[in-house]
Amino acid sequence: MKISQKISPFIRNLNIKSVSYLKNHFKGDDIFKLVSALFASSIFLLLGLMVYELVKGSWLSIQTFGLNFIVGTTWDPAISRIFGVLPLILGTLVTSAITLLIGVPISLGVGLALSEYAPKKFGVTVSFLVELLAAVPSVIYGLWGIFVLIPFLRDHVYPYLKAVFGFIPIFSGPIYGGGVLTGGIVLAIMIIPTVSAVMRDLFSAVPNSQREAMIALGATKWETVKTVISYARSGVIGAVILGLGRAVGETMAITMVIGNRFQVWPSSLFDAWYTMAAIIANELLEATYDLYISALINVGLVLLFVTLIINILARLIVWRALRLTMGIARE
Amino acid sequence: MDYYKLRVTKNRLMQFLVYLALFSALVPLFSILSEVIRRGFFTINFDFFTKPTPTVGEAGGGVANAIQGTLITIGFSSLIGVPIGLMSGIFLSEYGESKLSVAVRFLHDVLSGVPSIVIGVFAYALITRSIGFSVTAAAFALAIIMIPIVTRTTEEALKLVPMSIREAAIALGIPRWKTTITVVLSGAKKAIVTGILLSIARIAGESAPVLVSMGFWRWWFAGLDRPAANLALNVFIFAMSPFENWIALAWGSALVLILLVLGISVTARVFTRERY
Repeated sequence: MKISQKISPFIRNLNIKSVSYLKNHFKGDDIFKLVSALFASSIFLLLGLMVYELVKGSWLSIQTFGLNFIVGTTWDPAISRIFGVLPLILGTLVTSAITLLIGVPISLGVGLALSEYAPKKFGVTVSFLVELLAAVPSVIYGLWGIFVLIPFLRDHVYPYLKAVFGFIPIFSGPIYGGGVLTGGIVLAIMIIPTVSAVMRDLFSAVPNSQREAMIALGATKWETVKTVISYARSGVIGAVILGLGRAVGETMAITMVIGNRFQVWPSSLFDAWYTMAAIIANELLEATYDLYISALINVGLVLLFVTLIINILARLIVWRALRLTMGIARE
Repeated sequence: MDYYKLRVTKNRLMQFLVYLALFSALVPLFSILSEVIRRGFFTINFDFFTKPTPTVGEAGGGVANAIQGTLITIGFSSLIGVPIGLMSGIFLSEYGESKLSVAVRFLHDVLSGVPSIVIGVFAYALITRSIGFSVTAAAFALAIIMIPIVTRTTEEALKLVPMSIREAAIALGIPRWKTTITVVLSGAKKAIVTGILLSIARIAGESAPVLVSMGFWRWWFAGLDRPAANLALNVFIFAMSPFENWIALAWGSALVLILLVLGISVTARVFTRERY
């Protein structure tokens, strides 16, 4: 409500000069509110324009290929000019899954170590370092991946992995250094600072009465910690999805280490592959004709939808977990 | 008794695993920092900060043009992103809960979850396709990345200002908008500056949207409708190149970038240590 309206019964009794003075005095309020609301509403315009531009840009590709764009397994800009992104979607999802398989247990461990196990001063110092590292640009992780991690994995880790687990198909095949597993490892290293910082905050927020109750029952440290984890589980799921969203959309680091080979399914974890984000980064500058550009923008549109679905799923899962927790509390 | 032993063993095992996780997380992170410092340090000299990108095969050279280009791009995107973020934050914090504020907050969450490469493709489709690879397109993409960060930190900063301060100002007859600008904003000045600094640190390190909207440029800044060199993008292009000299420059650029980003983060932390 306008402030001038709120106080108008009061100013009605004043002489006419001061009424107009007060009205002018408070006129700025409505203008300022309107201006800030307009600025805040620009987000509608921005997101609407984003979806519109991406759909418009990919319209040629949508018209030409339709659903075949999603289920197609050919990417041939040179000769047949057919584009299909199923291998890229698979590459993105599998790399993200590997990232979570490696990154989540470690982040959980780091979160627990910093909030439950480590001495307080040590915990605070290490948390500070970990949070700083979350700000390191992804291109630097990629640089480190190429020149430090790949040689190390190629010479000291993968040969042993192959020697021990070589009888399983995913650990056989030639070793290049870069590849699906390397991509997953680099992404895992990237998401660990972010995800573990969130987890530490979650565990620190669990009330001490929970721990005290478990200790009073004669529980061991680990049994106490299990209660802490289950108390914070909806948040933990949220943190995991946060990491997933980051892994799916990550571009530079993965482009630099995954090998960038378009194929439906790699022969092993050591083989090269491709992701949606990486193909946009690699080919958009070199796309020479309209259909090619349109196909790459279409990849961007698909990527946008995949990340939106992940975000919505995250909300639903967290909401459901919260409801379940509250249901248990009621019983 | 056996069950007790099992529990104790399990407890020890889990404690070991938790510390193992901490160790295995810290080793690569320390390795990244130490390698960037070690390999970057030897690249950095006077030329590094004063000469532009060397041509292929040429010895020496530096990243002066990239530092210039990065500063111009960041400045331009701050001009777009900071006012929008600031005003959105003010709206969310000062004008209460409404359908509009709930929707705006939700959409900012959505926007901060959109991958930066998709934002780059958006800038490419909207701007690059009409005026060409340019600073303008890159600044637009980076501004979109800035907006949700500035909005959220501004909103949180303003909410920390005690309500009594606003009430005191209004009781003195100061209009609401003047209260917001002179009293509330200046009370939250440090935290807002921190938020802006953090968003600048974030976009200084972004290379994916810059790559698709502006592309690589090895000369000096030549106008807003032309590309400019960019530090983060240099790291990518130089690292993927086969030239020894460029790879050395990649490590040098990475060091400058890491010092910039970590410097801003540490400053931000010192700034916000004292809160209400």
